[in-house]
Amino acid sequence: MAASPLKVSRFLWLFAAGWLLWICLHTLVVNKYGYPFSVALWDSIISNGLLIGACILVSCILGFYLPTMQRSLFVFMLCVGLTIVWMLISYFLTIAVINDYNNFPSFFILSIPVRLVIGFLIIGCMALLSALWYTLQDQREAEKRKAEAEHLAKEAELFKLRQQLQPHFLFNSLNSINALIGVRPQQARTMIQQLSDFLRGTLKKEERQWTSLEDELQHLQLYLDIEKVRFGHRLSTMVENEAGSNCQLPPLLLQPIVENAIKFGLYDTTGELTISIHAREEGNMLIIAVQNPFDPSTTSPKHGTGFGLHSVQRRLFLLFARTDLLKTEAIDNLFTITIKIPQPGNIQLEQPKNIN
Amino acid sequence: MKALIIDDEPLARMIVLEYLQDYPQIQMIQECNDGFEGAKAIHLHQPDLIFLDIQMPKINGFEMLELIENPPPVIFTTAFDEYALKAFETHAVDYLLKPFSKDRFDKAMEKFLNQSTRTIQQQNTQALLQSVVEKNASINRIVVKTAGKIKIIPLPEIFYLEAADDYVKIHTKEGTFLKNKTMGSFEKALDQQLFVRTHRSYIVNIQEITRLDPYEKENYVAILKSGTKIPVSKNGYTKLKSILGI
Repeated sequence: MAASPLKVSRFLWLFAAGWLLWICLHTLVVNKYGYPFSVALWDSIISNGLLIGACILVSCILGFYLPTMQRSLFVFMLCVGLTIVWMLISYFLTIAVINDYNNFPSFFILSIPVRLVIGFLIIGCMALLSALWYTLQDQREAEKRKAEAEHLAKEAELFKLRQQLQPHFLFNSLNSINALIGVRPQQARTMIQQLSDFLRGTLKKEERQWTSLEDELQHLQLYLDIEKVRFGHRLSTMVENEAGSNCQLPPLLLQPIVENAIKFGLYDTTGELTISIHAREEGNMLIIAVQNPFDPSTTSPKHGTGFGLHSVQRRLFLLFARTDLLKTEAIDNLFTITIKIPQPGNIQLEQPKNIN
Repeated sequence: MKALIIDDEPLARMIVLEYLQDYPQIQMIQECNDGFEGAKAIHLHQPDLIFLDIQMPKINGFEMLELIENPPPVIFTTAFDEYALKAFETHAVDYLLKPFSKDRFDKAMEKFLNQSTRTIQQQNTQALLQSVVEKNASINRIVVKTAGKIKIIPLPEIFYLEAADDYVKIHTKEGTFLKNKTMGSFEKALDQQLFVRTHRSYIVNIQEITRLDPYEKENYVAILKSGTKIPVSKNGYTKLKSILGI
């Protein structure tokens, strides 16, 4: 709920001053009709006090529920109802308080039409002002939200771009190619081809929703091959695919996990290392485990759940609304990341059932 | 003249070797795969020039340089490192951005060969290290040398740091290590939410504190899990209060 206009001190002062003026005017008018000052004051205080209550009530109601333009009849009926209730209560209360002045009740009854019109106008005005106020507040908040959402989207896009470029990987690969050109030109050519295929694959995949596991592993193989040229004999890889050929996964989901494993493995140990990737099926889940060695004496395994993995987890949550799909595990000097991917084929199979 | 190359990528070493063929006066004495080998080789051979990569296994190029008492002139070779580039430029230490051309390499060599004295180059390197430590976001480990071996201390294993003349004593589970650095630079480099300078001569790991007891007037003493008592000054007490939320 937006803040009530009466919580703004400027408006509160205006509200109070207006009512004070109105109570005085009411007293003076009744006094002019020949009633004693005390009777006129009581009448004014009771009737206007209740009217103030009605005004605050209508403002609160509109604060909680703001009807659309098409349903402005609701506001009108609300004002009419409140006016009638106000009239009844203030009549009985005034009669009860001023019972010693003989012809005041008949005067009150005579003045009811005038009181009704004035009461309705005041409540109506308050309703309109409140509705306007809350609409403006809503709009302002919606604009703020929109700006915030746009800002977030822009940030995400920038991050994606930076990720896509992977400057470290790109420049180091180019450096390796530069070295190969002199001594092994044929291998330099192969590496240029691999690098181009890899980059092209990254660009193409962005648009698709799902990609087959085989495609993804092939794409990953390019990446692994380039890394193997860069790091020579130090790095070896083992890719095992026991999953069915129709397994699918969101594109470039595996990429950051493997990148993380390579980085973690390469920079946390000094000897030779093997990165292994293992894919299998379990029920309607595709399960992929990526394993790398690390040094438990200098690195806490938590270090491995860095920003790269965080974004994978976030993506899995956005796609499947589950937080249990990514698991990390450190046993001895091996760090394993396991991701589970619910298969879209099965989701499609389930949908017709639900319709029936 | 003797030169060393320290880079974890074999092809990256190869291109430097190839470019160096035009400089017969420079003799490549060893190629190193990582900072450990590098530190050892520098100690052993006392080279006149090193080519150094920054991102390497276990300890990075800067951490390796910190371990060496009088580092030789350095030409950095790196692919991409935003904050380091600024440091290179301000301290006139030469650097090569991978992939680099032969022309660019020749310029770096010319600068090295013409540079007046070795001392100036060393001073530049020291200033560079200082600025890298200060500008770098908070560190997550400390690399020290102990009895000829290199030891990497993860931050959670540190109990507290204590000033000792030109050195800082690092107290950990596995004993005490010395590092040739100032308390001020540690205070800057460590995460302020995890390590607090409670006293002019002490920086404490907050996780290790079990109790704070009053001690004399306006002063406090922090009791660590290990039972050690660390003095806390008035200023340090204010810092601790705001971080611990008391």
